[in-house]
Amino acid sequence: MGIKWDEFFITGDPLILGSQIAIVLTMLGIVAGLTYLKRWKWLWREWLTTVDHKRIGIMYIISAVLMFFRGGMDGLLMKAQTSRPEMEFLTAQHYNEIFTTHGVIMILFMAMPFLIGLMNVVIPLQIGARDVAFPQLNALSFWLFFSGAMLFNVSFVIGGSPDAGWTSYFPLAGKEFSPGIGNNYYAVALQIAGIGTLLSGINFVVTILKMRTKGMTLMRMPMFSWTTLVTSIIIVAAFPIFTVALGLMTFDRLYGTHFFTLSGGGLDMLWANLFWLWGHPEVYIVALPAFGIFSEVIATFSRKSLFGYKSMVVSIVGIALLSMLVWVHHFYTMGAGAAVNSVFSITTMLIAVPTGVKMFNWLFTMRHGRIRTTTAMLWALAFVPCFVIGGVTGVMLAMGAADYQYHNTLFLVAHFHYVLIPGVVFAVFAGLYYWWPKMFGFLLNERLGKWHFWLFVIGFNVTFMPMFFLGLKGAVRRSYTFSVESGFSNLFLVSALGSVILAAGFAVFCYNIYWSLRHADRNITGDPWHARTLEWATASPVQPYNFAKLPVVDKLDAFWHMKKSDSPELTLQQTEIEEIHMPNNSGLPFVMGIIFGIAGFLLVFEWHLAAAVAAIGIFACLIVRSFDYNDGYHIHKAEVEQTEQAWRLREGEVNRYVG
Amino acid sequence: MNILGFWIFLGAEIVLFATLFGVYGVLYERYAGGPTHQDIIMIREVMIQTMLLLTSSFTCGVAIHEMRRGSLKGLLTWLVITLLLGAGFLYMEINEFMHYVHEGATMQTSAFLSSFFVLLGTHGLHVTFGILWAIMVIIQLLQRGLTPVTARKTFIIGLYWHFLDVVWIFIFTFVYLKGMVS
Repeated sequence: MGIKWDEFFITGDPLILGSQIAIVLTMLGIVAGLTYLKRWKWLWREWLTTVDHKRIGIMYIISAVLMFFRGGMDGLLMKAQTSRPEMEFLTAQHYNEIFTTHGVIMILFMAMPFLIGLMNVVIPLQIGARDVAFPQLNALSFWLFFSGAMLFNVSFVIGGSPDAGWTSYFPLAGKEFSPGIGNNYYAVALQIAGIGTLLSGINFVVTILKMRTKGMTLMRMPMFSWTTLVTSIIIVAAFPIFTVALGLMTFDRLYGTHFFTLSGGGLDMLWANLFWLWGHPEVYIVALPAFGIFSEVIATFSRKSLFGYKSMVVSIVGIALLSMLVWVHHFYTMGAGAAVNSVFSITTMLIAVPTGVKMFNWLFTMRHGRIRTTTAMLWALAFVPCFVIGGVTGVMLAMGAADYQYHNTLFLVAHFHYVLIPGVVFAVFAGLYYWWPKMFGFLLNERLGKWHFWLFVIGFNVTFMPMFFLGLKGAVRRSYTFSVESGFSNLFLVSALGSVILAAGFAVFCYNIYWSLRHADRNITGDPWHARTLEWATASPVQPYNFAKLPVVDKLDAFWHMKKSDSPELTLQQTEIEEIHMPNNSGLPFVMGIIFGIAGFLLVFEWHLAAAVAAIGIFACLIVRSFDYNDGYHIHKAEVEQTEQAWRLREGEVNRYVG
Repeated sequence: MNILGFWIFLGAEIVLFATLFGVYGVLYERYAGGPTHQDIIMIREVMIQTMLLLTSSFTCGVAIHEMRRGSLKGLLTWLVITLLLGAGFLYMEINEFMHYVHEGATMQTSAFLSSFFVLLGTHGLHVTFGILWAIMVIIQLLQRGLTPVTARKTFIIGLYWHFLDVVWIFIFTFVYLKGMVS
């Protein structure tokens, strides 16, 4: 219990003081707003206890957008600090903390939840199911992610941020060199969120293997479902490694073991190996679903089936296998020797092959297509050239010998931003503009969307293109400042200006959500994009039970062919309406998330006894769950009929009435 | 569906233990001047632990067999025997650990001992959790008898128990036997 109370809150930095005040005011504002609008019960019933995959998906996406804001602020602070040589805006320590949280938050608390959110909303609809395999587990996944994210986010005001980089390499991240509690936050918060992700992975594997609608064989699944299946398998295969690595880190930091320490026989590079054994597959965990989103968007807005469906599937599986075999390329300079580095150089370059196949498939999908340049499609179009730059520089980095020059420079930083921003961020924006009407029943404004798109894409290129050249000139990453004599000043300034444009793009995006929420046309059909897959065969926003009758599928892009042939599948007969079984809401996942958060917080501060007491609460919840035989409820025929009539009789859906 | 989900969970558990074995494989000769395998291992006690756990896996199989025959009484009897054997294993393992610590071989002594204790401790925690979980299932069997739901739950805890046994076989081989000859 050796915590010094005077160090509990971080004090003395005006930036952090400002954040603390802002956090307190926001919290007060939320509480006051909910009380004033009498929305507490609504919040609890409709959202906190929900097990509906669509609502869980929306909560994931909201959290991801908030985390995008936090991570983006970190990025802007870094860019401000390096905009001029010898700037004294942030101290070295503060800069270390900020690049650490920026990395962790953007990868684990923005990219992943954003994609998992879209998966949650779309996958059951796309495979023609009424929910995921384990709805309550799904809610638990979300609340574990959420409590992990919140725990990580309080670090900078309570106790101190982690500051050893998002990779937290040892020995720096060990107790010896980072004696504060900042890195405990890293170990514990990521562990909690990671368990949630693992459970999500299991859930989606079972959902996709077991709950596809009649006739939907694996090879008739939409590409986003395929990528989600393969991603979920990678999650199951890779996340336990991270669980172990973080566990061992916790032991080293809290209980004085010698896994990664310099003394006592520990091996610091063991951490780097374990981290990247998870970390590299993690790159594909975020990239593959993004590829799936682009596949859907490009096929829909080119009005063609996806070109080379089978080769797409093969290349996804190939990428998944290769993703497990390349981890050493993150530390060629460890000195494993020429033979080892050569093997990993080759496996790394091999990944370019299936990725290239996918690129050509997308291009050929567009060829001869009747392309509509909606905002979603624009993101996909911009993705192709930007991502190719990221990919080609990736092959440059893959060459072990050359990497000795690029290692630890801004060239690398520019490379992975060119992979992750077009590959993931463009994808989630494309997906959000594309599936937004499915979630909320109105479109995001296309005009504002295009402003968002152009500002963001231009800002992105202006920010990160100069960093390639800075890196080649020798500017090292994670350095909080540089001298005038280095000659880096101009490129750094351009990069900083680019980040302002990037931020303006994000601001337009937020304004777009606000504007559309207030003013967008609510009178849209279930299929506003003339799309191809089953999620568009039902209402927008989707009714709680998804489908009144589960669609039957006989080929790829089934919904498209149903529309063309005016299939009877699209019409609902009165006799086909049945009672629908639904799972009950449950407060347990939310409560477990909170207890995990509290136990984690106590563990971060090394209050072991209190943490153990809190952990008993987790077991109590598990026992309650084990004895819960509540079997859900049924939606009655009349209610289903009413709901179905309400959307099917609307204009534009005339031939899909309840007959 | 639940059973498939559990198999996939076991897949994740295999990765988890494989990682711990990998870590142990990297660190197992890094004694840092502390005790070595030969200095501490009590192979006779470990042998008895192994027999207890292997037998418990057998009795667990008998329990599931009894469940398939529809005999609740047989199921409960063999399940309780399984848990008693598991508890015996756990008791001996805790004693073994206390003995090591008493000898001055703690988790903080060397990288070898860190990986040793964490690998074995993770397995031991799994056994503890399995026993508590099985007790919950037994209570439900007593309350509700054999229903499709309780039968499924029993089958899943059976899978879990066998899995722990398989892990122990690897621990016994790669940690204890290999340690004796290295």
